[in-house]
Amino acid sequence: MRLNYPTNIRIINVPCTGRVDILHLLKAIEDGADGVYVVGCLEGDCHYLTGNLKARKRVNYVKKLLEEMGIEPGRVEIYNLSAAQGPRFAEIAREFTARIKELGPTPVRAGGKAKEKAA
Amino acid sequence: MAAKSGNSKVGSVMVVGAGIAGIQASLDLAESGFYVHLVDASPSIGGLMPQLDKTFPTNDCSMCIVSPKLVDAGRHLNINIISNTEVDFVEGEVGNFTAHLVNHPRFIDPVKCTGCGVCKQHCPVTAVNEFNEGLDRRAATYIKYPQAVPLAYAIDRETCIGCGLCEKLCLAKAVVYAEEERRSTLEVGAIILAPGNEVFDPTAFDTYSYAHHPNVVTSLEFERILSASGPYQGHLMRPYDREEPKSVAWLQCVGSRDINHCDNGYCSAVCCMYAIKEAVIAKEHSHEPLDTAIFFMDMRTYGKDFEKYYERAREEHGVRFIRSRVHTVDPVEEGRLKIIYTDEEGKSLEEEFDMVVLSSGFQPSKRTVELAERLGIELNEHNFAETSSFEPVKTSREGIFVCGAFRDPKDIPISVMEASAAAAAAAAPLVESRFTLTKTKELPAERLVAGEEPRVGVFVCNCGINIGGYADVPAVRDYARNLPNVVHVEDNLFTCSQDTQEKIREVIKEKDINRVVVASCSPRTHEPMFQETIREAGLNKYLFEMANIRDQDTWVHQNDPQGATQKAKDLVRSAVAKAALLDPLEQTVLGLNKVALVVGGGVAGMVAALSLADQGFPVHLVEKTGELGGNALKLRKTWKGEDIGSYVKDLVARVQSHEHITLHTNTQVVANTGFVGNFDTILEKVDDPEQKTTVQHGVSIVATGGKESRPTEYLYGEDDRVLTALELDSRLKEDGNGFKNVNRAVFIQCVGSREPERPYCSKICCTHSIESALQLKELNPDMNVYILYRDIRTYGFREELYKKARAKGIIFIRYSLERKPQVSNGSGSLQVQVYDPILGRDLVIPADALVLASAVLPNEAKEVVRALKVNQNAEGFFLEAHMKLRPVDFGSDGLFLCGLAHYPKSIDEAIAQAQAAAARAATVLAKDVITLGAVKAVVEPDKCAVCLTCVRTCPFGVPYIGEDGYAVIDPAGCHGCGACVAECPGKAISLQHFTDKQLIAKTEALLLKEIGEAAAGK
Repeated sequence: MRLNYPTNIRIINVPCTGRVDILHLLKAIEDGADGVYVVGCLEGDCHYLTGNLKARKRVNYVKKLLEEMGIEPGRVEIYNLSAAQGPRFAEIAREFTARIKELGPTPVRAGGKAKEKAA
Repeated sequence: MAAKSGNSKVGSVMVVGAGIAGIQASLDLAESGFYVHLVDASPSIGGLMPQLDKTFPTNDCSMCIVSPKLVDAGRHLNINIISNTEVDFVEGEVGNFTAHLVNHPRFIDPVKCTGCGVCKQHCPVTAVNEFNEGLDRRAATYIKYPQAVPLAYAIDRETCIGCGLCEKLCLAKAVVYAEEERRSTLEVGAIILAPGNEVFDPTAFDTYSYAHHPNVVTSLEFERILSASGPYQGHLMRPYDREEPKSVAWLQCVGSRDINHCDNGYCSAVCCMYAIKEAVIAKEHSHEPLDTAIFFMDMRTYGKDFEKYYERAREEHGVRFIRSRVHTVDPVEEGRLKIIYTDEEGKSLEEEFDMVVLSSGFQPSKRTVELAERLGIELNEHNFAETSSFEPVKTSREGIFVCGAFRDPKDIPISVMEASAAAAAAAAPLVESRFTLTKTKELPAERLVAGEEPRVGVFVCNCGINIGGYADVPAVRDYARNLPNVVHVEDNLFTCSQDTQEKIREVIKEKDINRVVVASCSPRTHEPMFQETIREAGLNKYLFEMANIRDQDTWVHQNDPQGATQKAKDLVRSAVAKAALLDPLEQTVLGLNKVALVVGGGVAGMVAALSLADQGFPVHLVEKTGELGGNALKLRKTWKGEDIGSYVKDLVARVQSHEHITLHTNTQVVANTGFVGNFDTILEKVDDPEQKTTVQHGVSIVATGGKESRPTEYLYGEDDRVLTALELDSRLKEDGNGFKNVNRAVFIQCVGSREPERPYCSKICCTHSIESALQLKELNPDMNVYILYRDIRTYGFREELYKKARAKGIIFIRYSLERKPQVSNGSGSLQVQVYDPILGRDLVIPADALVLASAVLPNEAKEVVRALKVNQNAEGFFLEAHMKLRPVDFGSDGLFLCGLAHYPKSIDEAIAQAQAAAARAATVLAKDVITLGAVKAVVEPDKCAVCLTCVRTCPFGVPYIGEDGYAVIDPAGCHGCGACVAECPGKAISLQHFTDKQLIAKTEALLLKEIGEAAAGK
């Protein structure tokens, strides 16, 4: 379909969103990602039956953790769509990018580790 | 290929027609030891499915579900796709046919063509795009659709002006203008016909304005309008002015159930469902509220989950259903259309719509009919292949089989099922030649790379100009050179071309490369090919990683070359980081028990057992009762009039005397352990639980059947004159003369079906009641026979029976759920009161016999559900792995289903489904070993705290606590989703090829570098 979406999205493939660990999401935030989102099958349509439901729970948990750390929970999200919804994929990419632009750069990068590395 | 010896049978099969049915038949045969020639007249395989937008009743994207099948068939070592080719004639007999083919020129060499599409972009000629049903135009050099297999262009010489531009521009040198028609022959043991149908052309309906008005479209044109890959990119627009319609009407039975405008008296079986689907999807696509109305005669939503889909469309989506006959569609101003119709009460009404969709039926194409004539196979009166109910996939010519819509009009799952059935039937006479013509790949020993430092080779693809035209590929290549562990980089015009594969193999050896990264297109289509290439160079196939810099980069960032280049660098860096951590993985190879267990001794179970036993596989057939035959013992005739009793008798005799079948009657399954290839099942005598047997087998087929429900209304059980359909059958079987004195008989349909508590259609009752009604009429031609129905669902050729019943004077009266018939016996005689919507008043019918078409229920089979851990739907029917494309597989490998346990069905469908289950089972049993993928969860015993989290998390119930006191995950059962890995609190489980270390390395490489560069830039 070749639908355009912003170039700031990078995809890491996993066999199922059920594989996405809380650790992976936190690590991405720690490494300085401005936002992370998980894209899985539609609820009820998981190729592995329930992986996407588990992923949703984990994403919600990470949101809570971020909030406790003083990082906006909106930097982490989960979306559900089918392989047929190419336009929706592009729309999500735009939506999420807009959301992150509103939130601004991650406080992690401005503060800790990343700055040291850059220096 | 091995040469065939004088009298032996040829171990290959020709499949004619590469739609979903032909593909499924080919895959099943190729997986069970036969070489397949898949012949299609089109330049690519796939048939009708790629043209559809969504599929009912799951609303799955048609292309998404079919494209993995296309890829599987395209890559299969034992499927030879012969495109642009037609069968001229066939000589010989079963076991030794010679097929004479006509190979039409394609003008582009499919082996050299990489599908880059440069030829198409520069072609100056435009032609009608048949794939989009003529709604837009394409170039003269074309590919039907982007996912086509083979992924190669063709030149339409009808419109090509011969300018030579494509030949000059083709970097792969694939264009061959001089190609000519060729003739060739194939030696095959059996032939399967799967040519499909064409969609009826409604031009003949001059009163429907189709030929003159752009806003009157066929259902297939509407599919293309809805499709994201269609002419309007999935925006709902009407062709007249590209405005979004505010109202759309569907007219049913165009070219079906009609002997007025055409000769298609039959029902096309799928149009009711696709019209509902199109209405629902159109509403979803529409920005403004969209009014949708379906003008129909009978709503035929008889398949699994169809009735619920219909209900939802009406109740939740607000699709309007108008029971009517439309006689005229007249253009009015602004592209609108006026529908003039007659409603059920006979009133003439009219309504205006922005767009009208004609639900066109199916018919065999002229080309198919001519092919059948050349092959000498018998056709029925409608030009479909003639078959018997008891051998549903066998044509009149020995060794030639048929499946899919050419047998009768049908939907995708039944086509797929029949395709597998045809594979089983074609395999049976060729069993002795199994694996005589199949090819296997000779591979060099794997090089040991453990302990070596990672040496990564990076290959960056230009994909013609698909990548290189947008991103700076040389810059990406040079950037990769400086990444850690990289010892070789290069960029290729096409990394996937044959000559580049050769080059990759050489470079791997020359530079001692032990990890390979390809930056190109999608792993979905190309990863297996590259893995094969590195394996041929002696590397373990898991030492490969792909960066998708086309589909997920240059294709979606055409407007931002700089951004695209940066993203390509990042993705390559991330892939290289993971590659360095890749481990060679061993694929477990297991032996298997070439024995089948079939549960249920009805017709389905017996046919499945015989089909496997005839192929030489030992079968244990388990039946709970003391008698084989199930429901069929109570049935009289098929709707075509074939005698079921004698068929079942023969079947039972064959089962009882078959050398490969071990019969266990009065027996049930109580426990089952193991995985595909190696199951242990404990059987127990029903009347003596102490008497247990353990059978070892490689596959299981569940055929536990169904039963007729006991009605709880209409005086059933209170008055002897009230019977169920099966009770009438047994009385007719015993002595039909008792009915000679009956003056009035009434049938009531949908007793216990299509009700809120049982919201499915039992599918077989309309046909069954009509058949019984005709039998009564035959016994006493003066008898008044009434059928009280909600919709008559005589799908397919069963419509003929309905027509016959009407001609014989059987009276059909429609009732609605809100106004069900009332039955009383106050004054001694049975009184059936029903509201007749045509007369607009209540009728009271004094009846001597009342027959209730009661619902079909699944048998409970609790012990089977528990032992085999298989799933049922809300109504208790077993749940298949995929409603559309895996209709006889369970979700767990090695388990299959068939018969009434799946859903109510007629005997011919049950037989086909049983043969299909056998074919699917044979794909497992024919092999000597089972090779498992290596993407599996692995437990580190030391870290396991035995907390049982994995046991609870696994959606497939695979992990258990082993004797040594830690969690064990059998690789044969693990699906590799990784859910347990993410949940394990002790991090004791890892998913091979997707370990935490690998995933985090990928993330880190993406982010840290990005930050570093951003900081450096500032």
